[in-house]
Amino acid sequence: MKPARFRYLRPETLEEALAMLAEWGDDAAVLAGGQSLVPMLNLRMAQPAVLIDVNRIAGLDRIEIIGERLHVGARARHAEVLRSATVARAAPLLALALGNVAHEAVRNRGTFGGSLALADPAAEIPAVTVCLDGAILARSSTGERRIPAASFFEGVYTTALRPEELLVGVDFAPLGPDFRFCFREVSRRHGDFALAAIAFAGRIEAGRVGECRVVFAGVEESPRRLAAVEAALAGAAVSDEQAWRAAGDGLGAVLDPIEGAEYPAAYRLLLARNLLLETRRQLEEEAAR
Amino acid sequence: MTVDEETLTITCTVNGEAVRDVVPVRRSLVDWVRHDLGLTGSHVGCEHGVCGACHVQVDGRVVRGCLMLAVQADGARVETVEGATRSGRVAVLQDCFFERAALQCGFCTPGILLQAAELLEHTPAPDRAEIRAALSGNICRCTGYQAIVEAVEEAAGRLRA
Repeated sequence: MKPARFRYLRPETLEEALAMLAEWGDDAAVLAGGQSLVPMLNLRMAQPAVLIDVNRIAGLDRIEIIGERLHVGARARHAEVLRSATVARAAPLLALALGNVAHEAVRNRGTFGGSLALADPAAEIPAVTVCLDGAILARSSTGERRIPAASFFEGVYTTALRPEELLVGVDFAPLGPDFRFCFREVSRRHGDFALAAIAFAGRIEAGRVGECRVVFAGVEESPRRLAAVEAALAGAAVSDEQAWRAAGDGLGAVLDPIEGAEYPAAYRLLLARNLLLETRRQLEEEAAR
Repeated sequence: MTVDEETLTITCTVNGEAVRDVVPVRRSLVDWVRHDLGLTGSHVGCEHGVCGACHVQVDGRVVRGCLMLAVQADGARVETVEGATRSGRVAVLQDCFFERAALQCGFCTPGILLQAAELLEHTPAPDRAEIRAALSGNICRCTGYQAIVEAVEEAAGRLRA
C-alpha cells in the first residue's frame, strides 16, 4: 500500500465537511479530484492524519450563471468546465486555458477548485482566475469570505485559505463583448505544466488595445496582473509591433522569474517576452478573419 | 492486513457484475482491481499519475486508477480493459493495434485502448493531432507512438464505415 495511514472521512453535506475541517484543521487534507494530492500521498510527501473526501457533497460541482456572474463550483471537473457551453459564453478564457491543463484522464477527475487551492506556480487555472479578477469563495463553519484572486495566491503552494476553510467556488464578473482573450503556453509536451504561459484579456477598439490584463503562469512564484505591462500596452495598436516589443523588453524590470537549475530565469523571461509577441500576432490574425 | 488498518465496505459494479468488498481506505482503485479482484489487465506503472498504464473507466470516464482510492468507487460503475474486451467495445481498436504492430511489450496498451475508445466515442473522426493530444497522457517506451497513432486512425475509419 502506498500512502501512509490516514483516517478517511466522507461527509455527505457541506455542513458536515466544514465541521470536520473545524475539528481537524491543518491535520486534514481535502480530497476532491485527487490528481495532485494522491500522487503526494503515494510518494508519502504528504501524510495527513485525516482525509476529507468532498466528492459526495451535492452541488459543489455546479457551473451556472447567478445574476450576472459566472459561478464555477470548486468540484467542477476540468473536463466539464472545458466543455461547458455556459463557460464558453461567459468566460471563454477559462476554456482556452483548460485545453492546456493536463491530459484527458486527469481532466476527467481533476477539479477547478483543487487547482486553485494547490497554487502550483506553473498551473493555468490560477493565472486565468487572476486575469479575470475572479472572487474565490471560502466557506467555514462560521461564514463565507470572498477573496479576490489578486490577494489569494501568496507563494508556491501557498494561499490565503485558512485551515478551517473549504474553497467552494469562484465567481467571475462578466467582461464586455468587445474583450478579446488569448491563452498561449510553452511546455515540454502537450498537457505538461507550463514552462511559461500567458493569459491576456483586452478590450480592442478600432484595432487598438484599450483596458487590458496580462498575467503569466510558470514564470513567477504566483500569478499576478502586471500593471506596468498593461499600462504600456494601453492605447497601442494591435498592428504596432514596435510598441509590443517595447512592452516585452520591459518585462525584465517587472518580472521576478523562478530560479531553477533546469530552466534558468533568463530563459523563462525570454519565453514570457515571446508569448507576449505571439499574443499580438494572434490578435492581429483573429482581427483579419 | 494488520488489525488497525481502517477499512470500509463498498458496493459497486465492476465490468457489469455487482461487487461487495471490504477494502482498506488507503488502497488505490488499480491495486484493488488487480490484487483483490484479480483483474490484472490494468497495469501499475508510475503510481503517481504520469504514465496512464493504470487507466480504468469510472462512471463512463477514463481515470488514473492509481489516483483514485478504491473506497471512492463505492456506488460507481467501474470498467476495466477486461470488461471492455469482453463486451467488444475495444475490439476494432485491438484488431488495428495487432495489425499495425502498435505494441511491443504491451504494458501501456490497456490504458491506451481505454483512452482511445473514449476519444472515438466523442470524436469519431479525429485528426492525427487530436489523437496525439488524447493519448498525451499515456506513456509508451517501446513504439515511438507512430504505429499507435496509425492504429487509432485506422480504427476510427473502420468504426465510421
